[in-house]
Amino acid sequence: MSSSVETRTSIVWDYAPAPESADHIRLRDRYGLFLDGEFREPADGRHVATVNPATEEPIAEIGWAGPADIEAAIETARAAQPKWAALPELERAKYMFRIARLIQERARELAVVETMDGGKPLRESRDVDIPLAAAHFFHYAGWADKLRYGVNAREVRPLGVVGQIVPWNFPLLMAAWKLAPALACGNAAILKPAETTPLTALLLAEICQEAELPPGVVAVLPGNGETGATLVRQKKINKIAFTGSTAVGRDIQAALAGTGIPLTLELGGKSANIVFEDAALDQAVEGIVNGIFFNQGHVCCAGSRLLIQESVRDEVIAKLWQRMRRLRVGDPLDKNTDVGAINSAEQLSRIEALVAAGESEGAVRRTVECELPARGYWFAPTLFTDVSPAHRIAVEEIFGPVVSVLTFRTQAEAIEKANNSRYGLAAGIWTDKGAKAFEVASALRAGVVWQNTYNHFDPTAAFGGYKESGFGREGGPAGLRPYLSVVR
Amino acid sequence: MSRLTVRKTYKLWIGGAFVRSESGRYDEAVGVNYPRASRKDVRDAVAAARKAAGPWAARTAYNRGQILYRAAEALESRAETMGVPRDEVDAAVDVLLHYAGWTDKLQPVLGGINPVAAPFLSFSLPEPTGVVGIVAPDAPALLGLVAELAPVLAAGNVAVAVLSESAPLPGLDLAEALGVSDVPAGVVNLLSGRRGELARALGAHRDLNAIVDAAGERELSRELDRLAAETIKRVRHGEAARSYEDATDDALERLHAVTELKTAWHPVGA
Repeated sequence: MSSSVETRTSIVWDYAPAPESADHIRLRDRYGLFLDGEFREPADGRHVATVNPATEEPIAEIGWAGPADIEAAIETARAAQPKWAALPELERAKYMFRIARLIQERARELAVVETMDGGKPLRESRDVDIPLAAAHFFHYAGWADKLRYGVNAREVRPLGVVGQIVPWNFPLLMAAWKLAPALACGNAAILKPAETTPLTALLLAEICQEAELPPGVVAVLPGNGETGATLVRQKKINKIAFTGSTAVGRDIQAALAGTGIPLTLELGGKSANIVFEDAALDQAVEGIVNGIFFNQGHVCCAGSRLLIQESVRDEVIAKLWQRMRRLRVGDPLDKNTDVGAINSAEQLSRIEALVAAGESEGAVRRTVECELPARGYWFAPTLFTDVSPAHRIAVEEIFGPVVSVLTFRTQAEAIEKANNSRYGLAAGIWTDKGAKAFEVASALRAGVVWQNTYNHFDPTAAFGGYKESGFGREGGPAGLRPYLSVVR
Repeated sequence: MSRLTVRKTYKLWIGGAFVRSESGRYDEAVGVNYPRASRKDVRDAVAAARKAAGPWAARTAYNRGQILYRAAEALESRAETMGVPRDEVDAAVDVLLHYAGWTDKLQPVLGGINPVAAPFLSFSLPEPTGVVGIVAPDAPALLGLVAELAPVLAAGNVAVAVLSESAPLPGLDLAEALGVSDVPAGVVNLLSGRRGELARALGAHRDLNAIVDAAGERELSRELDRLAAETIKRVRHGEAARSYEDATDDALERLHAVTELKTAWHPVGA
């Protein structure tokens, strides 16, 4: 009888802890810079601890590169690059295929280290970051002997020595996005990993050694923003590629003014995720969750502006809130965790400041009540309703697990609201009507548009922004162009 | 009694209208007066361009190709009145024809289907970046301008161009040729005046997506780079095109510089 079911005491089935073991990882206590094919002490001897944001415990001491180290890296890269570019193209490809294979071989170890160093759930580092990093090297390895087909040219040339600065949200994956096309095109690369997440880039340096990549072709120089600022001001560098905030991107573009040094920027976003009334709403709710809570919302293309058609607003918000309350926040190494630790204390305070602004400007805040670990940096999933398009939480990138809900009545209004941003990185569309999806996708001023999915990446598909989200593309043949000069 | 000639009043071309500078300023060249545009004229031109950008981009590639072809026809028919050597006009006409043929080739050349490892139809297609500021070289006054303008339009963008400072009249004459072709109002906006003043106003404008600079002035280029950084504008510096080959050998690079690539993912199956 159905009535007897209703009178039963409800049983809450909780998850048992399912921590991934960390005992197979091989981490040293101390890492130097990776320069000229070997690990070296920085010239000024400076080391800074990298901290696990879920425990606030130091993991390893990391050597930080100073100006002398950067100059040395450029010198060795300049010496190594012509030989690298002169290798038979398929031989260059073979080194890169080796790197792809070694990433796969050490996948579990890399996933655990990525999670320890950055705070992202193991489920994500294991299933997304590391496999995609390997796929990226595999894809671009195959380009190394087909470059001119990728850019419709008869003759192409590498640029030389490229400086690459990557963020802390997808440390290894972003390193792969940068290094793979640069190397395939015959450049030597100097990679500056983010201040808070240098470890997997250093493990990738070990992989370069294991692959017997010629010394000097790749250098890994950890450090902070100052290190990056020094790197982009080097006269003898032939290209800069940066992924990070729009504020820093603007500084880099200004610093390179008049130098003629080519630049690509992959910057911030405030991407719209648009739910139409004809969407499969349960599926859309899963997509909204993936769009904003994936990697704690530390995603440049996060679906942080949720646009819901008025007729289904209440239903979508009710379903979303119910789903949010079931998100498991906590130990990133636990295989059941959905939302891990905020990457740093600094980022946590930025999120808190913007959330406070949302409240003080009059938006209605709902934050999931859940037990947060006593140590570490945490922010529970948060939903804002009654958001006006002028509110800071509807305009500025929060880069945290916070979604702002706006509504619309017509398709035209949805497009106008979605495009009403200085950013233009990504957008999501939820509808089962094919013609509508194609029409809206073509009207959105954004570099990536996902229909009935979100945060989906592939090495064959170009990624990058419109407007103040940057310029240049990564992935596919379009990703070769920033690392080549077309001779004819 | 000999007939008194009717003199031409040279005007700026903004939003499809021939107008004097709002500032009332003018300069003089080869015995005629022409407007010295102001920063306000730059702002008006960008606003007119922004209004025209969406509809221009939304036209079919075929239609945009025909409009550029029609522009070439209009220029050819006025070849003798442009005030520049005939072979420069010929080259400019040919450049317009070359880029007229690009409008429906750019998408298949720069775009394609992405073979993603998931059940999606994923494709990447070029789209216009939007409103493009052009800083034309001093010489050649006509060809140097058309070489920058044609790829910008062919890629689906709209333009605000600062004309040759030393020889602005061929650019203003081009406005009249384009004005009687099918180029919609606001798609091309042409301003004569002091290059330094106008180019800096363009570079600093927050609603401009890209700058194409062919003036070849080092200090101005650096300044434009610096101004562009404020709103992450795309910038391409180039040399003045002196021949048809200069304007077309690197056609794909010229087109690419004012193009965005959009990747769309559509589900296949449920």
